[in-house]
Amino acid sequence: MSAGAAGFEELQDLYSKVLRDLARTPIHRGRLENPTAAARGDNPMCGDRVDLSLNLAGQVITEAMFQGRGCEISQASAALLTELVRGKSPAEARAMGQAVARMARGEALDATSPELDRLAILSVVKKFPSRVKCATLAWRALDAALAGVKETSSE
Amino acid sequence: MDTHVAASFDVTRIRQDFPILSTQVRGKPLVFLDSGASAQKPRQVIAAMTRAMETAYANVHRGAYHLSEVATEAHEAARGAVQRFLNAAEPEEIIFTGNATGAFNLVAHSFGRGMLKPGQCVLVSEMEHHANLVPWQMLRDAGLGIGLRFVRVTDSGELDLDDLSAKLADGTVGLVSITHMSNVLGSVTPAATIIRMAHEAGARVMLDGSQAAVHRAVDVQALDVDFYAFTGHKLYGPTGIGVLYGKRALLDAMPPFFGGGDMIETVTLERSTFAAAPARFEAGTPAIIEAVGLHAAIDYVNAIGMGAIEAHERGLVDHAMRVLTEVEGLSLLGAAQDRGGVFAFALDGVHPHDLSTYLDRSGICVRAGRHCAEPLHARFGLEGGSTRASFGLYTTREEIDFLAQKLTDARRFFA
Repeated sequence: MSAGAAGFEELQDLYSKVLRDLARTPIHRGRLENPTAAARGDNPMCGDRVDLSLNLAGQVITEAMFQGRGCEISQASAALLTELVRGKSPAEARAMGQAVARMARGEALDATSPELDRLAILSVVKKFPSRVKCATLAWRALDAALAGVKETSSE
Repeated sequence: MDTHVAASFDVTRIRQDFPILSTQVRGKPLVFLDSGASAQKPRQVIAAMTRAMETAYANVHRGAYHLSEVATEAHEAARGAVQRFLNAAEPEEIIFTGNATGAFNLVAHSFGRGMLKPGQCVLVSEMEHHANLVPWQMLRDAGLGIGLRFVRVTDSGELDLDDLSAKLADGTVGLVSITHMSNVLGSVTPAATIIRMAHEAGARVMLDGSQAAVHRAVDVQALDVDFYAFTGHKLYGPTGIGVLYGKRALLDAMPPFFGGGDMIETVTLERSTFAAAPARFEAGTPAIIEAVGLHAAIDYVNAIGMGAIEAHERGLVDHAMRVLTEVEGLSLLGAAQDRGGVFAFALDGVHPHDLSTYLDRSGICVRAGRHCAEPLHARFGLEGGSTRASFGLYTTREEIDFLAQKLTDARRFFA
């Protein structure tokens, strides 16, 4: 029974209140008018989708919004992205995405910053290998948008 | 015989044949409700494959020595077992492929390119698994003037026979390729009716038996079907082997698909002539051990009796209909009159992936997503996919009750 109970605790870690609030909050949801960069990320296996639009002024991301559909992890990750990349340079934003990918693979992160603490709510997916793609989908869309590519896929 | 076996169908005893069913997942007993994706294997299959590798392995059809003869005999015995399983007229009508997908690609290339004429089309339905859709799209896009059309599915998840009739009416349909049982809706299609209608319109018929052949007896001669495909791994056999049945006259008229060893008659540097079916369609070293495993799987289900398996699963389906429809917020996809043990559903407010992760923590394996049937999900407005529970001969009512209970819990958790 103890192993089962631990399993359930992990489930509650994964679906933390912070993550679930993020998934359900309408803040940053929508599409920017005339964005300077935009891309769509699809997970063809489950149909999850993140449509990301960004405004850049010089080397700073000033606005980020997303719309999409999907599981709570994919949507929370997208919401978090739109919150954290504002005010960052494309390189800083990409680095956050790489941090998410490393956390999802279960790798330790040495640097500490307020952003990494906030991103850490996604780190629980390392215990759920089949859900890593959900957590990283929005960040793949970010990479695509910054590279001028319109569509990307989790596959 | 079936009646006798049906009376003795003992799911507890059957479960003991499947070693994996006594394992635990995260400390919980395994509740495997994803047999529609791939079924678990009985120890009889595992043992037969091990025995073949330990005592009787060699390449087939080419060694003039005892071991190769033994392996060849085992391989051809598997073909005979499949022939009897489908009630095909002769073993030469059974072609081993890699899986059901391999069977569709073979027919799309050999029959599609070799025997369909420009201006003709292939007719599939909206509820097809991608294996019975994508090869036909590729044929359509090959620049041969061969079209692709779609039979509608009704809101209740059944094949729209009026639409089938309308689409057959202009006489341009060369092949109707339709599932015998939907891997999402569980709907069993009226195969005999489809085949009669298609033949009257001059079209050949291929059935996708990937799900159906697992759940009920199939008689290709009684159906008068032209091609029938299924896969080993859903029939409690190994991965890596599938079956294409084709009527002998058709196979003899079809050009080869893959070229290589074993499928030839004579070879010079300039040109080759080809062997008759089935060798013509089985280039290269076949899945020898897998054929032995498939043979064992067929022997296994035959010993229980397909009638008994069907009866057991009908009981499970009735039970699942009762308990799943009682789960608050759950909507089932499809409401076909004749359905097998496949239930796809949406649970209000819970994404299929989140639900699958939740159920996994209780040891329950279900499929989340679009189950390789993306157009069908679009048809029912579920672009985000669905959750699917699918049964095998080892599924119990208690497992279905447990699923229903955990679905209720999940809805509360995600509320």
